[in-house]
Amino acid sequence: MISFSLWDIVRNLLLALRWTVLLSLAAFAMGGILGLIVLFLRTSRQAWLRRVTKLYIELFQGTPLLMQLFLVFFGLALFGLEVPAWLAAVVALTCWSSAYLAEIWRGCVEAIPRGQWEASSCLAMSYLQQMRHVILPQALRMGIPPTVGFSVQIVKGTAVTSIIGFVELSKAGTMITNATFQPFTVYALVALMYFALCWPLSKFSQSLERKFNATHRN
Amino acid sequence: MSYHFDFLAPFDYTGVLVKGVLITLELIAIGGVLGIVVGIFAAWARTQGPRWLRPIVSAYVELIRNTPFLIQLFFIFFGLPGIGVHITEMEAASLAMVINLGAYSSEIIRAGIAAIAPGQIEAGLSLAMTRMQIFRHVILPPALQKIWPALTSQIVIVMLGSAVCSQIAVEELAYAANFIQGRNFRSFEAYLLSTAIYLILAIGLRQLLRLIGHWLFGRATIRSAV
Repeated sequence: MISFSLWDIVRNLLLALRWTVLLSLAAFAMGGILGLIVLFLRTSRQAWLRRVTKLYIELFQGTPLLMQLFLVFFGLALFGLEVPAWLAAVVALTCWSSAYLAEIWRGCVEAIPRGQWEASSCLAMSYLQQMRHVILPQALRMGIPPTVGFSVQIVKGTAVTSIIGFVELSKAGTMITNATFQPFTVYALVALMYFALCWPLSKFSQSLERKFNATHRN
Repeated sequence: MSYHFDFLAPFDYTGVLVKGVLITLELIAIGGVLGIVVGIFAAWARTQGPRWLRPIVSAYVELIRNTPFLIQLFFIFFGLPGIGVHITEMEAASLAMVINLGAYSSEIIRAGIAAIAPGQIEAGLSLAMTRMQIFRHVILPPALQKIWPALTSQIVIVMLGSAVCSQIAVEELAYAANFIQGRNFRSFEAYLLSTAIYLILAIGLRQLLRLIGHWLFGRATIRSAV
């Protein structure tokens, strides 16, 4: 029987925390890129494109992240692809976060006054030019606080990937619990580590929101 | 590529699926109602409550909002027995949902309370209402009405989050899907079907909450408009 000191538990959890951070960063970066594409389609001039992307967003917002993970994990395997847990985790989290980010950003794009679109189309700008030079620079500024806020959801979302066997902070917590029989201590430490990641992001998002609102009022 | 889809296979276990749906509904009914009650209390404590209570409630809200639901669930189910508190899977899952929704809804309700014009409260005071009466009759109804759509979204998010309760062997819908794929090895079909059911539940829940909001606040809207 090996005995575990508190330091052993903390050290091993911190090692697993790396994977939570990496997975969050990957999901945030790739979800952001895919989300931007979804945003373009969602606000495009083609009605059918808008309808298809609306369906995409509703599907990902209306089903549990856990089920999306399972579908990617088992679904891709059916097509003869060897799917490691980390790949399924990245794919599912990317799609999931892209739907939420696209919807957050759409709110910002729609908050831009109609006149901005009209003025830029008077200058014979194409849709992509309008987005790139006129709409997005204004909309993304507005979108920064809620985007930072959503990054907290992504960090918390990565915990679910432990269920398909990706060894990040939550999975490590379960494994250490099985070895040490100290669930109270271990899960409290795990919760504290998530808190240490998320709380600064939450606070940052709140302070950004206050700052942007203040400039808005003046 | 020799896999043949059989989307009828999961229906061999219709009973398991129906039970899963019922337990998911039970969880969201308990979590939704009690969660909003906790949320209202927490919002009251943070805006009007005694000074000593405010930091405690703030700590609860911040702690829950910045940690994953899965860890909260594990902490309650696996951690509490460690200090001598024993609860069943269903109790642990319900408790986790109430605590989780309570924290999120309190932030939403607090935003609604902040949007109430101070003149309304002064008017209540001038009618010799107590602070409790003012909160109950003057502040809360219009605050809830304002934030009802946001609250609806949050309840749907918590319902979808309940899928992870399968990890502590609560026999809800995700558990049913796991059970079926463990029996007939048709994992993709089982998960696709249960995902579709979750989608239907989410749409249905949103409609139901819209109706409840209309029933609760519909007349109030008309009255204030007149």
